[in-house]
Amino acid sequence: MLIVNEEPLEYDEGMTVADVLKKRNYIWRMLAVWVNGQFVQRGTYDKTPVPDGAEVKVIHQIAGG
Amino acid sequence: MSVTYDYKVRTNYAADVSTLRAAHKTLVEVPFTPSLPERGYTRRTLFVDLSTLTISEKAITQEMIDVFTGGRGFGLYYLWQAVTPGTKWNDPENALIISPGPLAGNTQYAGSGKSLVVTISPETGIPIDCNVGGYFGPLLKFCGFDVLDIRGKAKHDTILVIDGPRGVIRLEEAPEEAPDSHIAAEIFTHMYADDARDMQNVAVVSAGKAAESAYMGCLNFSWWDPKRGAARLKQAGRGGTGTVFRDKKLKALVVRGFRMKTDMNRAADFPVTVQVGKRINDEIRNHDDEQCHMRRQGTAHLVEVMDAYDLLPVHNFQYGKHVDTPKIDSQVWDRRFTQGIPDQCWYGCGMACSKAADGHHVLTGPYKGHIVTVDGPEYENAAGLGSNCGLFDPDWLLEVNFYCDTYGIDTISFGTACAFVMECWEKGILNAERTGGLDLAWGNGASEVELLHQMARGEGFGITVGKGVKYMQDLFIRNGWGDPQLIRDMGMQIKGLEISQYMCKESLAQQGGFALANKGPQHDEAWLIFMDMVNNQIPTFEDKAEALHYFPLFRTWFGLQGLCKLPWNDIEPPDNHEKYPGPEAAKVPEHVENYLKLYTGITGKPLDRKSLIEQSEAVYNFQRVFNLRMGQGDRKNDMPPYRAMGPVTKEEYESRAERYDKQLKEIVGIDPAGKSTEEKMTLQRAWRTDRYNKLVDAVYKRRGWTPDGVPTMETLKKLKIDSPEVVAVVAPHLG
Repeated sequence: MLIVNEEPLEYDEGMTVADVLKKRNYIWRMLAVWVNGQFVQRGTYDKTPVPDGAEVKVIHQIAGG
Repeated sequence: MSVTYDYKVRTNYAADVSTLRAAHKTLVEVPFTPSLPERGYTRRTLFVDLSTLTISEKAITQEMIDVFTGGRGFGLYYLWQAVTPGTKWNDPENALIISPGPLAGNTQYAGSGKSLVVTISPETGIPIDCNVGGYFGPLLKFCGFDVLDIRGKAKHDTILVIDGPRGVIRLEEAPEEAPDSHIAAEIFTHMYADDARDMQNVAVVSAGKAAESAYMGCLNFSWWDPKRGAARLKQAGRGGTGTVFRDKKLKALVVRGFRMKTDMNRAADFPVTVQVGKRINDEIRNHDDEQCHMRRQGTAHLVEVMDAYDLLPVHNFQYGKHVDTPKIDSQVWDRRFTQGIPDQCWYGCGMACSKAADGHHVLTGPYKGHIVTVDGPEYENAAGLGSNCGLFDPDWLLEVNFYCDTYGIDTISFGTACAFVMECWEKGILNAERTGGLDLAWGNGASEVELLHQMARGEGFGITVGKGVKYMQDLFIRNGWGDPQLIRDMGMQIKGLEISQYMCKESLAQQGGFALANKGPQHDEAWLIFMDMVNNQIPTFEDKAEALHYFPLFRTWFGLQGLCKLPWNDIEPPDNHEKYPGPEAAKVPEHVENYLKLYTGITGKPLDRKSLIEQSEAVYNFQRVFNLRMGQGDRKNDMPPYRAMGPVTKEEYESRAERYDKQLKEIVGIDPAGKSTEEKMTLQRAWRTDRYNKLVDAVYKRRGWTPDGVPTMETLKKLKIDSPEVVAVVAPHLG
């Protein structure tokens, strides 16, 4: 199990950051992602593994209206 | 298949300008001496009384600047002087005030061409403020005026002409021009420009025919687009500014200014303004393509994003997504907008997001067959006129967008009002007999636009819709047409103003953002949905209250200065969230620093982050007291309809049953198993209402207000707005 933005998310073996975003339907282009407090560089999401039990923070940089 | 639209081909309305002008009758003409601002301020107000045909000047005092800053602050100050607690929107003493702020008109920093419009709203009965682009405000300022204060009523259709280069101001009767804005803006620009090169120095404010019967009339502010050879339009949309305008028998305001040069604000430190301006424009140029695509799509880039996060209003805010959204999403508009033209509603703005769809062949009404340029659709139009009404046809959406604009109708209020009557139709509250034969089924674009034609003709059910959701709720309940509770719950208005186009059921902070806004529910005051609902950055009531203190005040500041909000956070330094921890990043600290430098660079006055907020806080609290003075401004007026807070109908609940059941189990602590949908809806309602009230308690406390939402005497003193007349309004409410 992962914790993504304080909410649980079922873990799939071999998950990457990109997989987490896809599973949560986080489609917005401008994201800032931390895995266990470590900032993940944009452009590396599909190569960055997420370990089971990790805490993932995904901030949407979107301002709206 | 891709279709190309010729951006230079459109119906010409300016062929007969000399005949139209020959019918004008000068009512009064006065000379004036143009002057440039000094450090952002001209310190002059142009006062016009249409009843007495008075044109005069008033001085702007240092005290006004110190307390009210400019823009919206000046508008509220003069409006307070103009009206009494009993003033209605259509009383002659109601003022219509336009004021660019001290930073407006600089051509260095993106988004610096804004005007603020303030008046008593026909929809709410309290002050409305609108932040609008176009050239009028800056050109007015560079003719010599920080404020245009219009009162009284003309006898016949009248225009006000401010001609800076000739040094004259005139009121003219103008009987023959069509008031509809796509025509009026073009005709008056041609009429008062000396030649083709002078077109850019002329700007026109107008409102169309429908603003004469509807309460949701808007004002169109023009800017001349030299590449298209067209007058483009930006809207002071909310609350009925155009209705007040037409009620005063104003057909147009025309300003002819001077050819633009750099530093017409005569800044205290011009090089600093150049430096920060370069910084933001470089950032836009380098990063917009990877961020919001504002230069190609404007705010329409948000359509599919809102859909993906269940935030796009569908069928009167019942649902947050729809299978047909791709038919009106940003990719559609990216193709439909003419690309490669700098769509800047003010000089020097690298964001250039005033996108337009050229070559629209009008499908209906008096302009059927004409070829026009449609300004937009922006996100609010696509969502409000489109998904919220179940309309997913881009051609019909452009048609409704075009007629809203030219008839002078606020797209946000119309979208929400139209969605409301369509749901009423679905639920049998309305039928063909009650609508005069109009079929208001979801997605009926022809009926949607026919409502606008009826408003413009002053007949039929369209008149009822144009008076807004609150008016209709009262009428339908009075007529016994449906369950009063249901009609109240699904009518998306607060304080009489229609809610703008974001679903906020799952964002408590945004419910507060809408319902606690002084003028009524408009997203330009606070937009916290992602911070709250998706990012989960403000989990506690106190966190939300802090956000509902800071962000409305920060955004108010744009309205004091004559700035656009978009370059603040629709472009960000790419490392913004990496550099600044937590919610601080949402403030975009490096852009705040830009604004502090820009302010000091122009005005010469030092400003830090704390004093920036305090500038806004004084005006914000003054506006709250103003609402109180007009008989509102307390807690009962800050309550949203339940549709904004949770599921009103069984269908809504069941469409998101997994979410709602989980909330009952994990947050409320009640096992939903074995309970009927109706029982669960009752439990949800109790929980959601209770947490909203707790939020309001926290926000009022943070803002320095009483539990009934009244600014305390300490708050007024701290903000130096404790004048005897302000205290006299507040004192009876403090016990």
